[in-house]
Amino acid sequence: MTVAASLARRRRRLVRRAGVNLLGLLVALITLFPIFWMISTAFKPATEWYSLTPHPLPAHPTLGNFRAVIDGNVIGLPYWNFLKNSLFVTLVSVVASSLIALLAAIALARFRFRFRTTYLIMLLIVQMLPQQALVIALFLDFRSLNLLDSLVGLIGVYTAFALPVTIWMLRNFVAAVPRELEEAAAIDGAGPMKVFWRILLPLVAPGLVATSVFAFVFAYNEFIFALTFLGTDTAKFTLPIYVQYFYGRNGANWGAIMAASTLFTVPVLAFFLLVQRRLRAGLVAGAVKG
Amino acid sequence: LRRRAALFARRHRLAPYLLLLPSAAVIAALVLWPTIQISELSFQNYGLQQEIGAAPAQWVGFGNYSHVLHDPEFWLSLRISVLSAAAMVPLTLVVGTLVGLLLSRLGRRMAAFVSSVSVLAWATPAVSASVIFVWLATPDGGIVDWLLSRLPSWLGGGAHWAAFSWTNSALPAYTLATAVVVWLGFPFVAVSVLAGLRTIPVELFESARVDGGGPWTIFWRVTYPLLRPIFQVLFLLSVIWDFGVFTQVFIVIGELGQRDEYNLGIYEYATAFTLPPAYGVASALAFILTIILLIITVGYVRASVKEGALQ
Repeated sequence: MTVAASLARRRRRLVRRAGVNLLGLLVALITLFPIFWMISTAFKPATEWYSLTPHPLPAHPTLGNFRAVIDGNVIGLPYWNFLKNSLFVTLVSVVASSLIALLAAIALARFRFRFRTTYLIMLLIVQMLPQQALVIALFLDFRSLNLLDSLVGLIGVYTAFALPVTIWMLRNFVAAVPRELEEAAAIDGAGPMKVFWRILLPLVAPGLVATSVFAFVFAYNEFIFALTFLGTDTAKFTLPIYVQYFYGRNGANWGAIMAASTLFTVPVLAFFLLVQRRLRAGLVAGAVKG
Repeated sequence: LRRRAALFARRHRLAPYLLLLPSAAVIAALVLWPTIQISELSFQNYGLQQEIGAAPAQWVGFGNYSHVLHDPEFWLSLRISVLSAAAMVPLTLVVGTLVGLLLSRLGRRMAAFVSSVSVLAWATPAVSASVIFVWLATPDGGIVDWLLSRLPSWLGGGAHWAAFSWTNSALPAYTLATAVVVWLGFPFVAVSVLAGLRTIPVELFESARVDGGGPWTIFWRVTYPLLRPIFQVLFLLSVIWDFGVFTQVFIVIGELGQRDEYNLGIYEYATAFTLPPAYGVASALAFILTIILLIITVGYVRASVKEGALQ
């Protein structure tokens, strides 16, 4: 092959490479646009977001929208109240579902027993039951148990609905721990509890992180149950319901609505950017295989 | 040693059941029991009278079901659910697959950038995404109408787009809801397809290219057959999610205001939770919705079994 031909080929490849990367950049920008627009609007004074020619960036950035949200102009309670509700419900249900799921995952990955396959299939089906159907029965049950307008009821529901996915994901992580390690420890005289604490738990820890992220996202974002159970008690609202209420009651004050939405969304997105590498592995291992 | 192992196994024969007990109890109490209750309620006339204790709940046989089947609003909502899923599922899958294929061709850094951005879209709460898209498409001050009214007419633009309301009737509202669903849903498809592509040996693509196959041929002759199990699972999951989509539609149509924009799930929810409540009829609707989704789920379970996920 002549030098010229090889140069031409290399140039062709470079051009194609640049074209593909340009396309990638375009896809990224389009995908990012709604998030960008939310944040940008949140910093705009009313004269700017209510303008007939939209500008990408605020000309006179203001914190007024955020102040309105944090001071609580709509419900009369500061934003922190709802953040606290959301974090409480989310963290407790994440811990509960991770612990319960770990026990189940050990059973499903380490033991052969009757009903094992039945249980796995049951989990797949449970995961698909429509929440807007079950919410009717749960609403009536919770009302007779005095669990409406209570964050405790929500925690129970979030734990239950996170379980199928977390069990499926954790099962793969437990199965990936070499059984020989546990057997060697058992032969050395370690009891089952010791094997669990010293061998299994440290090795499954990355899996627990991945599943916790899933349970976290589910509970932090959950809408139907919170909407239905917390209907009248605005002080108990979690953030998704708060943002929706804010949007419903605030007419068209888009600056404040976007500020509320930013305060709700951006912390999660920042968290995701930090853990995303591990998460993507878990996403594929757990969700597609499950 | 073997005897010790056998002893261990015998002593721990109950262990798996004990380990499963907590999860089984929670799921039974908060998922399975409500499902049974729904099916029971769907045969009773449980409504406002029964709620305030003015009259006892009575069994009405298939009364609620025949009421539903003669209800034009049910058929409208069912049609909306079917048609919107028919738009949402293929769009999500096609966009996701294209982005997945693109990701596999990008340089390392650009791929990392694009997939980080996609994860951001995926991680955005459905409530936020819906509110943002409603804002983007709002008639006064929204950027979508502004853009469309400035597009040349051969691209479908024009002055009639200025102050066009996207939420006042079903077709535009579901176009907007579809945009939200696709934006939230394509990253999952893209990342799954990308993970599948990584399992295909590069030589297969190279030899296909040497044989003169274009990208279209290579996708349908090499990529798709090899990734068929992944596509099958993604398809079924998308159908289940999009047929039952609630939050996005609830926010886009502006809560429960416009009855002619309800899909099946919203119609069922509104029947139960707007006054006067009709829990019995709503349970019949919920049961119908559940059965439809369970039928699709059977396909999903079979695809998962075939893929060897139960091993």
